[in-house]
Amino acid sequence: MGFTEFFNALLEGKLIGQRCKDCGAYTCPPKATCDNCKSRNLEKVELSGKGTIRSFTTIYVAPSGYEKEAPYVVALVELDEGPWILGRIDIDPKEADELDQALIGKRVSVFAKGFPSEPFYPDKSKRVVPMFKLEE
Amino acid sequence: MPEKRDVVVLGVGMTKFGRHPDKSLVDLFAEAFLEAFEESNIELKDIEALYFGNAVGEMTDGSSNLSGFMADEVGLRGIPAMRYDGACASSSVAFREAVRAVAAGYYDCVAVGGSERLASAGTAIGTRALATAVDGVYEINAGLTFPGVFALAARLYSKTYDIPLEKLREMMAYVSIKNHKYGAINPKAQFYGKFGDLKVEDVLNSRMICSPLTLFDCCPMTDGASAAIVASEDFAKEVFDKDLIYVRGTGQASAGSLFRQKEDIIKAIPRRLSSQMAFKEAGLTPKDIDFVELHDCFTIAEIIALEAMGFFEYGKACSAAMDGVTWVDGDLPVNPDGGLIGKGHPVGATGVSQIYSAVKILRGEYKHNPIPDAETAMTDTLGGDFGTLTNIILSVHRR
Repeated sequence: MGFTEFFNALLEGKLIGQRCKDCGAYTCPPKATCDNCKSRNLEKVELSGKGTIRSFTTIYVAPSGYEKEAPYVVALVELDEGPWILGRIDIDPKEADELDQALIGKRVSVFAKGFPSEPFYPDKSKRVVPMFKLEE
Repeated sequence: MPEKRDVVVLGVGMTKFGRHPDKSLVDLFAEAFLEAFEESNIELKDIEALYFGNAVGEMTDGSSNLSGFMADEVGLRGIPAMRYDGACASSSVAFREAVRAVAAGYYDCVAVGGSERLASAGTAIGTRALATAVDGVYEINAGLTFPGVFALAARLYSKTYDIPLEKLREMMAYVSIKNHKYGAINPKAQFYGKFGDLKVEDVLNSRMICSPLTLFDCCPMTDGASAAIVASEDFAKEVFDKDLIYVRGTGQASAGSLFRQKEDIIKAIPRRLSSQMAFKEAGLTPKDIDFVELHDCFTIAEIIALEAMGFFEYGKACSAAMDGVTWVDGDLPVNPDGGLIGKGHPVGATGVSQIYSAVKILRGEYKHNPIPDAETAMTDTLGGDFGTLTNIILSVHRR
């Protein structure tokens, strides 16, 4: 499956991953081989879209093409099925810095936001960012 | 498999690191190469190939296929010339491939080097250029930067090893203080004469780049080049009148996207693999290393590197700089040339600049910051978010 299929599904609220029919592990975003055992015996599945923040950072100095979006809060989230994914937390950067390390461990649900593409991004029509919404 | 030949480093060269808006990638390389060449006491016709590192020439200077231009500029027209890209480890990868070719007997004498222009590219283009080394589909889309990668690592380190972030930041600050102190006395360093007397508060209170990393937690954007001549021991003995520095062992490993490395981000597994490969080839252990030139792109990166290389247990290197262990008068001097933080980080040129410093120190020529009686050194260069890891062990002793 190509990368745009993953992002288009995410824009529709579906987080697509793969379940390995050999070892049972989940891989997300999809890969040609199981991220755990390297098997190609994979089935496409919809994941829960729920997870836990494992780390984050508020980025103040952004790369060319991203400056208008800064500051923004990038996070690594461990999905309930096991894979970690990278995206942004849907939060005011000031609030993120005040919460500081207390943000780590918070429960989130995954959705997607579309941004204009930039000259070097592979999808020339749009750039989709996984977003993490803090659960109450 | 036939016995591998002993490989040595002859001359080494590097430009002053810093801002060079008036010099092209080629101009810079030529300067570094000629310093290495002249020190080597060889002729141009002795050099059989060029192994050249550059990561982001397309982005910063609109140039690719650079190795031929480099060779031609310095009088090596016609020889095989290869460009290696391993992001920030580019010239270490080039160096390792050169060593392997000489060890295997394909060549007797080759040139190695790297050239990069990040400072002149400006912060926004430079940051985007460096960010081409994160996952180009699933990480750059969120605007992940390299300071961002290590900011994520710092917070994860704090949480995993249960060290309050404020305490960790203070310990990280000592890495910056140490490396800036050594950069400030290194005439080739970007920050020569600057920031040699930083205080913890200076680091903590400098501009936030990406929380919790401040400006002084980060290496600068740098223009510069480096070079070395690598040869078989037999060839070198015929021409070289200085001490031979032996390449005792090399290692290299890879990884994919940061998010797929999960909690191992702070364990830098590729670095562990690469270091162990280098130690095994050298027949040495961490205890045999007298000093280290490692990839301190950020303060937390030095801490993570020391642990993954096997000098400290995981979670235990954070206080090394604060406790004095990694200063030149400590048990394990780390980055006596100022490292990336104090010396500067012209990405594709960085790896061979570590070789430059290690060779000068081992030969006792590093008068401004000597490590007396040092016999064996190790370099460590990281490309991307652990995508490329290269380690080199150099010694005054042959195998």
